Amino acid sequence: MTGIVNKTEMLPIKDSSDVVFVRQRVRVWTTQLKFSLVEQTKVVTAASELGRNTLEHGGGGELEISEVVDGIRKGLRLKFSDKGPGIPDIKLALSDGYTSKQGMGLGLGGSKRLMNEFEIESTPGQGTTITVTRWK
Amino acid sequence: MANVLDVVRRNQESLLQEWLEGIKGGIRRRDLIDDRELKSQAAEVLTMICDAPGEAALDNLNSPPWQPLKDLLASLSTTRAVQGFTPSETAMFILSLKGPIFGLALKLHKNDVDLLFSEITAVDDFIDKLALHTTDSYIHGRDQVIVRQQEEMLELSTPVVTLWDGIVALPLIGTLDSARTQIVMESLLQAIVQTNSRFAIIDITGVPTVDTLVAQHLLKTITAARLMGAECIISGIRPQIAQTIVHLGINLEDVITKAKLSDAFRLALERSGRSVTRNSKSNGPVLSGAREQ
Ligand SMILES: Nc1ncnc2c1ncn2[C@@H]1O[C@H](COP(=O)(O)OP(=O)(O)OP(=O)(O)O)[C@@H](O)[C@H]1O
Ligand SMILES: [Mg+2]
Repeated sequence: MTGIVNKTEMLPIKDSSDVVFVRQRVRVWTTQLKFSLVEQTKVVTAASELGRNTLEHGGGGELEISEVVDGIRKGLRLKFSDKGPGIPDIKLALSDGYTSKQGMGLGLGGSKRLMNEFEIESTPGQGTTITVTRWK
Repeated sequence: MANVLDVVRRNQESLLQEWLEGIKGGIRRRDLIDDRELKSQAAEVLTMICDAPGEAALDNLNSPPWQPLKDLLASLSTTRAVQGFTPSETAMFILSLKGPIFGLALKLHKNDVDLLFSEITAVDDFIDKLALHTTDSYIHGRDQVIVRQQEEMLELSTPVVTLWDGIVALPLIGTLDSARTQIVMESLLQAIVQTNSRFAIIDITGVPTVDTLVAQHLLKTITAARLMGAECIISGIRPQIAQTIVHLGINLEDVITKAKLSDAFRLALERSGRSVTRNSKSNGPVLSGAREQ
């Protein structure tokens, strides 16, 4: 992941009301960065998906929101981390329609399409960290 | 050598009386709790302190022997939050126990100032911690009250409106978390049955984020409505939401969607064999009434 981190905010993700708050905070950050309405909606939606995955599949965790700068461009980076079961097969998890619960199986792959950069680090039994960035 | 806890055990009855007098002398909420209930609660708390196993030390409230006492105080405080006590009133209940116990300690150690001081410090600390625990539980109780009120509000804020005979509409507004979406969708299905409607319009103009969870709830509702013989139309999909839905890969091909609620309404009227015409004799745009065809 490229870019210098400017400022950050940490948010807990422990229950579904935290996911609502995550969406609200991410929306505020995208507004401050003057993202267009379409970009805002994309980033907030990705945050909602990844936040809920952190809660539902990762058993809760946290989000680090940061503003990043790379040369003249600015962006928003979201790092979701949990100490849950991890993702045994990342390629499978990313494929559309795959769900280990009763979801639509679109959240992970969808978030990847909604953001510019997407990185999964996951160790089975230890947890998952997903870092995504959207550049302006 | 006797310590305070032993003396408390031996003087349980008189201590209870003094404690109750102290509570009544302080802030008293006769409107919220009657004397009998207060007495039985105080007696229960005191019994728990006295019945704590021998290894229960005053300086370690987090050890297992104190757990029953903490649980009892937690449930008392949660109840007080619901009943409308203030946080300080709730904390005063347990803090009022200090005076009577200090009195006992004084009698016990009146000849040994050092011991008296250390015993009083220990009791003081112990009761402060109980009071803090009480306050934490109180706040937790308050949170629960707020959550419950929010839930009640959610139910109120899901109005299913009948637009026309056989056509209902559900304007969704605000954040759709799982609980709320569930309630909203159920109320729509119920309204479909009650009004025997063939068309249901779900307007999502006021929904800021449509993610897979919201989409899944929508699709499930549409399927359920179909089983009941009603067709759903989704309206109010704004351009940015439409793009996001496409990126997420959500398939809405089998769903009738319209940009505006009025378009959805017109479609529902048409499909149910009615049409909207402008009355040429009048000046303004008048809905001449949906005419049966
Ligand atoms: N943080 C995580 N920890 C463990 N497993 C995860 C995590 N995030 C995703 N997964 C796995 O990846 C799968 C796919 O995730 P994805 O978000 O695409 O679908 P979903 O959450 O099951 O359903 P939805 O489409 O409603 O989001 C999940 O079912 C789960 O097995
Ligand atoms: Mg998901």
